[in-house]
Amino acid sequence: MSIAFDEMNGAGNTIRPAYEELARWLGEIPSDGLEFRRQEAELLFRRIGITFAVYGDTAAQERLIPFDVVPRIIAASEWTVLESGLRQRVQAINMFLRDIYHDRDILRAGLIPKELIYQNPVFRPEMNGLNIPHDVYVHVAGIDVVRTGPECFFVLEDNARTPSGVSYMLENREIMMRLFPDLFARHRVAPVERYPEELLTTLSSVAPRTASIEPTVALLTPGIHNSAFYEHSFLADKLGVELVEGRDLIVRNEEVFMRTTEGLKRIDVLYRRIDDDYLDPLSFRPDSALGVPGLMAAYTAGNITLANAVGTGIADDKAIYSYMPDIMRFYLGEEPILKNVPTWRCREPDELAYVLDHLKDLVVKEVHGSGGYGMLIGPASTCAQIEAFRDRLKQAPETFIAQPTLALSTCPTSTASGLAPRHVDLRPFVLTGREDVTVVPGGLTRVALQEGSLVVNSSQGGGTKDTWILHDGV
Amino acid sequence: MLSRTAENLFWLARYVERAEYLARTIEATLRATALPSAYVGKTNEWESALLTAGAAESFYRTHEIADERSVVAHLSFSKENPSSIRNCIDNARINSRAIRTALTGEMWDTINSSWIELRGIWDAERWSREQLAKFLRLVQELSLRFDGSAYRTMLRNDAYWFSRLGLHLERADNTARILDVKYHVLLPDKEHVGGPLDYYQWTAILRSVSALTAYHWVYRDTLKPWLIADLLILNEKLPRSLASCYGNLVRNLDQIGVAYGQQGPSQRHARGIRNRLERSRMDSVFQAGLHEFIQEFLSDNAKLGDIIATQYLN
Repeated sequence: MSIAFDEMNGAGNTIRPAYEELARWLGEIPSDGLEFRRQEAELLFRRIGITFAVYGDTAAQERLIPFDVVPRIIAASEWTVLESGLRQRVQAINMFLRDIYHDRDILRAGLIPKELIYQNPVFRPEMNGLNIPHDVYVHVAGIDVVRTGPECFFVLEDNARTPSGVSYMLENREIMMRLFPDLFARHRVAPVERYPEELLTTLSSVAPRTASIEPTVALLTPGIHNSAFYEHSFLADKLGVELVEGRDLIVRNEEVFMRTTEGLKRIDVLYRRIDDDYLDPLSFRPDSALGVPGLMAAYTAGNITLANAVGTGIADDKAIYSYMPDIMRFYLGEEPILKNVPTWRCREPDELAYVLDHLKDLVVKEVHGSGGYGMLIGPASTCAQIEAFRDRLKQAPETFIAQPTLALSTCPTSTASGLAPRHVDLRPFVLTGREDVTVVPGGLTRVALQEGSLVVNSSQGGGTKDTWILHDGV
Repeated sequence: MLSRTAENLFWLARYVERAEYLARTIEATLRATALPSAYVGKTNEWESALLTAGAAESFYRTHEIADERSVVAHLSFSKENPSSIRNCIDNARINSRAIRTALTGEMWDTINSSWIELRGIWDAERWSREQLAKFLRLVQELSLRFDGSAYRTMLRNDAYWFSRLGLHLERADNTARILDVKYHVLLPDKEHVGGPLDYYQWTAILRSVSALTAYHWVYRDTLKPWLIADLLILNEKLPRSLASCYGNLVRNLDQIGVAYGQQGPSQRHARGIRNRLERSRMDSVFQAGLHEFIQEFLSDNAKLGDIIATQYLN
C-alpha cells in the first residue's frame, strides 16, 4: 500500500493552508494539554450518557465511542465540491428508487441485471406501484466518503436505510466548543447546530395528504437496548417530537395512533429507526415485537409517511453500489461529481477469478453486510484467514464484492505517544424533503485508532472526531 | 403525553423516593443498634428494618438470620431483592434513559452521575461501614438533587404532575409502612411515662422520615407518642405526613384533570382519602385502633396507584 495522504501535512512536510492555525495552536499548548482535554471530554460523554451498545458484548453494555479531540478540517472550497456531489448522488438514489418501484426504465434499458433487483432480499414487492409523498424515498442519507489525495474523494458506501451517527456530529461539536473556546475563536467554523431544525422541516414537508395542517411527527426506536438508542432519544428531544416504541402505537382504520395519557393521538410522519424487517409483524417478520401490526396497511393507504421509505435498502446494497455511476448518468444525464471506488462484482465469473487471484491485495465485503463485520482486508490478514475467506467466497460468490485497499487519508490524532497520523473517513448527512436537498456543513469523521488500521467502525474500536468545514479568513 | 412516558416518570419518582427512604431506614437502624440494649430493648431492629422496607419475604427466602451484615446487604446492594436501593437506582436510570426527552438535562445528569458513582460502591466485592455511610449519604443526596432539579427546571405540565404523583404516593406508602411496623410503641399508655427504651424507638421513627427536628419546632414539647403519630399522620406541615402527601396528590391530580379537561376515578378516590384525613382527630384514631387505621390507609393508597395506572398509564 502506498503512503497515505495526510490532511494536515499533505504528501510532504508543508502544512496545508486549512490546518495552519491548528498546527500553530498545537505547537503552543503544553504537551499534556490534549490528554487533559481528552479525559475531560470522556467525562462529559459519560455524564451526558452518550454511549452505544455493542451487540454480543455483555460485559460492556454501554460503551463510549472514543473521541479524538484533534479536529478534522475541510476547506470551504473542498466542501463545495463534496456538497454538490452528495446532492447529485442522493437525488439520483431517490429517482432510482421511484423507478424501481414503478416503471423500471433502468431495467428495461438493461443497465442493471434484473435478478439483482428481484432476487434481492431487501427489494420490497409491497412497494410496487405505491405512490409516496413527493416521491421522496430516502429522506435521510448518510454517504460514506473517503479521501486519497488533495482532490480525490470517493464514495465508499451509501447508507439509505437508517443511517446513524448524526448525534455524534452534533455532540462532538458541543463538547469541542466547551473544551477549546480559544481554538474556535481562531477559526471560522461552519455551524452544524441547525441539523435538527432542517430534519424537522424535511419530515414535516413530506406529511401525507390526509394529515392536519400541523402534522404530528414521531421517532420510532427499537428501545433502550438498541445500539443507537442514545441518538434516537437525543434527536427526538432536539426535534421536540415523541420518542415512541412499537408498543406505544396502534393502528385503527388504517391510521396510526400513539397511546397518550389523553387517549389516542394520530401520527402523520414516522421517522423510524427500525429496519424494514421489524416494522410490521403482519407484513414482514412475524416474530418482531418491535414493530406495529398494521403499520404497512396504514402506509399503503397513504395515511402515514415513513422516513425513510420501505424498501430503500435496494439502493444501498453493495452490489447495486457498483452501478451508481451508471444510475447517475441514466437519471440525471450528468457525470458523477464524486467517484465510486472501483469494485469487482464477484457474481461475474471473470471478476471473481481476478478477485480470487488477488485476495491479499483486496478488501472483500459481503453485499448485505454492514458495520465492518464479515469482511476481509487482504493486506491485514494472515494466509490462513485469506484461505478461509476464499472458501466462503467460492461457495457464494454472488454475495460478495471486492475493492482495492485504498490508502485512506490520515489526520493527526492524539495517541499515547503524542500526535500521530490515523486513517479517517467521513459520513455527511443529506436530507431530502418536498422541495429541498439539504446538507449541513459537516459530518461524522470516524478514525481508526490503531496504527495502520483502516477499520473505522465504532463497533470495531474506531473513534470519532469533530469535523470542521472551514471558511476563509478569520 | 405518551402513556409509557407518564408511567416511566411516575415510577422513576417512586424509585428515587423509595431509595431515599431505604437509606434513611438503614441509617436510623444503624444508629439504634449501636446503642446498648438497655436503651433500645431486645427487639431485633434489623428485623423491623426489613419489615418497614417491605423486604422481609424476599430476605427470608435466602437468609435465616437478620443481622446488620445480611440486612444491609439485602436492602442496599442486593441484585435479588427487587426493592433494594441498588435496584431502585438501576431502575430509575433505566426509566430515565427510556424517557430522556421528558426529563430536563439537570434531572438526567443527577440520575446518571449518581448512578456512575454508586455503581462503583455496589459493584465492590466487600464494603466497609465507611463506604456504606458514604453510599447512604449519596443516595439521599441523589434524591434531594433529583427532587430539587425537577422542582427548579421542569415545565409545569403533565410530565411534572405525573412525576409528583409517583413521589407522593410512594412517600405516603413509606410513612404508613413505618407506622404499621412501629405502631405499638406509639400507643398511648397512661401508666407509662416513657422510659429511655421508648425514647430511642421514637427518635428512630422520626429519623427515618427526617422529622426529628420538625417535631420540636411543631410541638415545642418532649417526645410524646400521640404527638408523633399526629405529626406523621395528620399534620399537613410535615412533608412526609400522610395528610401532606394527600394534599399534594389531590392537587396534582386536579391539575391533570384541569389540563385534560376531565376528572375521573383517581381524582375521586384521592379526594376521599384526603377528606378522611382532614376530618380525623388523633384521639378518635387511637380509639378506633391505630393499627386498623394504618392498614386501611395502606390498602387505600395502593388502590390509588392501581386507579391512576388504569386511568392514565396503560
